[in-house]
Amino acid sequence: MEFIWEGIKESIRLILTGDPELYQILHLTLNVSLTATLLAAIVGLPIGAFLGGKKFWGQKIILGIFNALLGLPPVVVGLWLTMFLWRSGPLGNLNLLYTPKAMILAQFCIALPEVIVFTAVAFSQISENFFRQVKALGANRYQQLYLLLKEVRLGLLAAVIAGFGAAISEVGASIMVGGNIYQETRVLTTSILLEVGRGNFGLAIGLSIILMLISFIVVGTLTYWQRKGY
Amino acid sequence: MKRILGLLSLFFLLIFGVAGCQEKGAVTSKTTAPKNPEVILATTTSTVDTGLLDQLKPEFEQKTGYKLKIVAVGTGQALKMGEKGEADVLLTHAPKDEEALVAKGYVIDRQPVMHNDFILVGPKNDPAGVKSAKDLNEALKRIYEKKALFISRGDDSGTDKKEKSLWKTAGLNPKGQPWYKEAGVGMGACLQLASEKQGYSLTDRGTYLAYKGKIDLAIVREKDPGLINYYHVMLVNPQKYPKVNYEGAKKFAEFLLSPEVQKEIGEFKKNLYGQSLFIPDAQK
Repeated sequence: MEFIWEGIKESIRLILTGDPELYQILHLTLNVSLTATLLAAIVGLPIGAFLGGKKFWGQKIILGIFNALLGLPPVVVGLWLTMFLWRSGPLGNLNLLYTPKAMILAQFCIALPEVIVFTAVAFSQISENFFRQVKALGANRYQQLYLLLKEVRLGLLAAVIAGFGAAISEVGASIMVGGNIYQETRVLTTSILLEVGRGNFGLAIGLSIILMLISFIVVGTLTYWQRKGY
Repeated sequence: MKRILGLLSLFFLLIFGVAGCQEKGAVTSKTTAPKNPEVILATTTSTVDTGLLDQLKPEFEQKTGYKLKIVAVGTGQALKMGEKGEADVLLTHAPKDEEALVAKGYVIDRQPVMHNDFILVGPKNDPAGVKSAKDLNEALKRIYEKKALFISRGDDSGTDKKEKSLWKTAGLNPKGQPWYKEAGVGMGACLQLASEKQGYSLTDRGTYLAYKGKIDLAIVREKDPGLINYYHVMLVNPQKYPKVNYEGAKKFAEFLLSPEVQKEIGEFKKNLYGQSLFIPDAQK
């Protein structure tokens, strides 16, 4: 129990003193996870929209595959990416292993299925009558698109939030492809693991509180926009 | 629509702003760097968990302009990375396996850096009577015969390799015995587990000192010959793997073995624990 109290004090101390190491880790955590989420959104939203909006042969199979990928264990992603990124691997010449870019790639792979599936669900809930109605009301193409986006916006934000949640909370793949290198690839989740290994439970709990705070702030901001109906 | 655009642009701005800062930082730190500035060091977790390499890294980078990438994976994996040419320089503690790599020509220039020692820890009342055994082999035999709970790292790390070789030397094979548990976790977590279950375990002294106040285990065996823990540095053979950063690796080995750094290693955290975590070996 004392470690929890120590952790709470530690998190407050880290935030108030403006600990430079913490800010560096925070910066990298947000940089990696937000970039991965953004990329997953850019790739995943159109795919999800297509899978959810249009009916075509094989649609259910593809959706099923992405549904299965929702449960993709991060260590599996980490292992496979490591193999590909090794100097002796097929992508070895890119020199990506043990860089933040490799971590972005890993988190992208983990966030992408989330974005696709949630987006597909959002689009599949638009009824067939929707287009007939807006057309009947005299909307032109751009107005139709606008109305459609307005209709699915909550679902799309939910997709992005889910993707971000998967990306920032992930540790297995990040530590494998990033290597948890001090001042380079050490993010919040991997430093928590390291501090536990070092026996610094107070610090680890402090960092975990900060990770939860960051997660709440980002998800809270997105949810706030969602509520306001942008 | 405007609102959506506004929101999107804000999001982009935020992310690229953050990404931009990161890039800038990376560029300034590379100004004095050599042609191939990245050196990958594969090492055991104990050198990082103790904080030693975090302290040495910035010094090395400032002195030489190289950028050190420390990948702490445990000795087993570190040696494997050397064997596959995925690292440039190794700092590990498994002499026999290291010698095998040297013999096969995967690594060159293997040199002693430092040592500390392993200790046997266990419940304070020492149910197997390990303390009074006449030597280490006898101590292990008592654990074996009393079927006392023993928690093994089980992760092919340097400590794990050491423990396995100690059993072998004692002529015992505990694998598969119900009292012998292979945990598959790092040293700290292993000590935690041994403490919760009140079992025996082999650990390096550094990790034990870091965990001492948090666990309910005592040192039951120390200073026996055979419990010394040697760390060696070695370079991955550039003739086998042309992609290896040989120059940078050499610079790092020289740095580790230099008198100033050796002195620093000997004094690392001495004040905190009242004893040295590592004893330098290069100046002999």
